[in-house]
Amino acid sequence: MMNKPIIEVKGLQKSFGSLNVLDDISTSIYPGEKVVVIGASGSGKSTFLRCLNCLEDPTGGQIIFDDVDIADPKVDINIHRQNMGMVFQQFNLFNNKTVLENIMLAPVTIYTKKAVKEGKTKAEFKEECREKAMALLRRIGLEDKANVYPSTLSGGQKQRIAIVRALAMNPKVMLFDEPTSALDPEMVGEVLNLIKEVASEGMTMVIVTHEMGFAREVATRVLFMDEGRIAEEGTPKELFDNPQNPRTIQFLKAVL
Amino acid sequence: MNILLAASIIDRLRKAVIVDDRWKLYLEGLGNTIIIALIAALIGTVIGVFFAMVNYINKKTGKLKVLKVIANIYITIIRGTPVVLQLMILYFIVFVSWDNGLMIGAITFGINSGAYVAEIARAGFESVDDGQMEAGRSLGLSTWQTMYHIIIPQAVKNCLPPLFNEFITLVKETAIVGYVGIMDLGKIPGLIQSRTFDYLFPLLIAAVLYLIVVLGLTQLHHILEKKLSKSDRGRGGK
Ligand SMILES: Nc1ncnc2c1ncn2[C@@H]1O[C@H](COP(=O)(O)OP(=O)(O)OP(=O)(O)O)[C@@H](O)[C@H]1O
Ligand SMILES: [Mg+2]
Repeated sequence: MMNKPIIEVKGLQKSFGSLNVLDDISTSIYPGEKVVVIGASGSGKSTFLRCLNCLEDPTGGQIIFDDVDIADPKVDINIHRQNMGMVFQQFNLFNNKTVLENIMLAPVTIYTKKAVKEGKTKAEFKEECREKAMALLRRIGLEDKANVYPSTLSGGQKQRIAIVRALAMNPKVMLFDEPTSALDPEMVGEVLNLIKEVASEGMTMVIVTHEMGFAREVATRVLFMDEGRIAEEGTPKELFDNPQNPRTIQFLKAVL
Repeated sequence: MNILLAASIIDRLRKAVIVDDRWKLYLEGLGNTIIIALIAALIGTVIGVFFAMVNYINKKTGKLKVLKVIANIYITIIRGTPVVLQLMILYFIVFVSWDNGLMIGAITFGINSGAYVAEIARAGFESVDDGQMEAGRSLGLSTWQTMYHIIIPQAVKNCLPPLFNEFITLVKETAIVGYVGIMDLGKIPGLIQSRTFDYLFPLLIAAVLYLIVVLGLTQLHHILEKKLSKSDRGRGGK
């Protein structure tokens, strides 16, 4: 059999007041999988993704991550979020921090205590984080932007920095919510290439996207969501070339 | 003729400033005004930012409901009643057996200012993009860590102009502590006039002193604004 799932979603439900947005979703995400979520606007894709790290509190069901049901309000969610990176449509770089500070803030804030316990000084650990952040910036060719503020960057640069900011925490899984939807067309490629690169290194990913070509290329499994349910799922080949559900067929006809 | 006029002006000025070391009175009044305004601004900022944060966290997480209700009641009452009455209530009723008028004045204006700062800071927090908090939380930072590193600095920057407006208003408004007999700058001209029977220079001098304080505050505002706006310009100077 396959190894243990990283995230196991059991009977997930989410409603906003009387509006049921997610209706009994169950699925397991295994190490190394690239799960791409597609579906019409309003079908609940973002809500599903945001429930995975409890940015939205599920109203029912379980999300098992690291053997813990993180949907349980008693769980300290911060510890688990440190292992789940998230990339947003609107980038959400910290406006009051330089690029380098954006990448270093979470590792320094969260792990300094632990590093001090292990015998490092605060300054040593900060320098370590700085070097690691610079290495990430070099990787995306933006080391010369280390000391500028986000307001001076292009959308593509912002999103690539947002991706390495998440990587700086060494997450076990990365969640992407339409990472290229807010970009000018000429910048979509650079961001998708970075995501593909990270994917090829074995990162487990859940990606909501409208880029069907990219989905087909990078996905190991595609989920088609419709009215808060997973209406159909399969390999990209199965889902794109031979969809079974009439709603999937209709959706793909509209977008391809 | 001109010489006579000049001599009379110099004499009036001398009586207003030099005779009996009256200049000390202006400085004492100025000192008291600054003490009251400074302590009040501190108290007001702490109360205001605290309640604005309660409001913000309540909005983001649904927690702190009771505190939020308390904040609303406080803001409504303070903004709905004249500050003179608040001063008299604290001076003649609440602290009737405490003879430190200066501190009572400072506390009154602190409590009063807090309600206005709360509204200013609330707008400041609301002007911070929702995605900033979500990004912080998604990285595993706690609500408080994200508030401290990301939300508060941006909120402060966004509400600096109305905040300094409030401080400037506060400095001038403290003049009503004269109502309960506190010797602040606004009270000094009357005091000196009662001895020299001449209002002109005492009033002018007090006005100039208030103006200097306000201009100083404006300068401070510009300096802070410059410091905080570096994130709009690109290069961080670290
Ligand atoms: N905070 C909220 N409060 C109330 N309703 C919400 C909230 N967030 C989402 N919804 C509703 O939930 C439904 C699903 O929204 P969601 O954002 O998950 O859709 P989506 O599939 O991501 O759509 P899109 O492709 O447009 O991003 C929509 O009807 C939306 O209006
Ligand atoms: Mg969405």
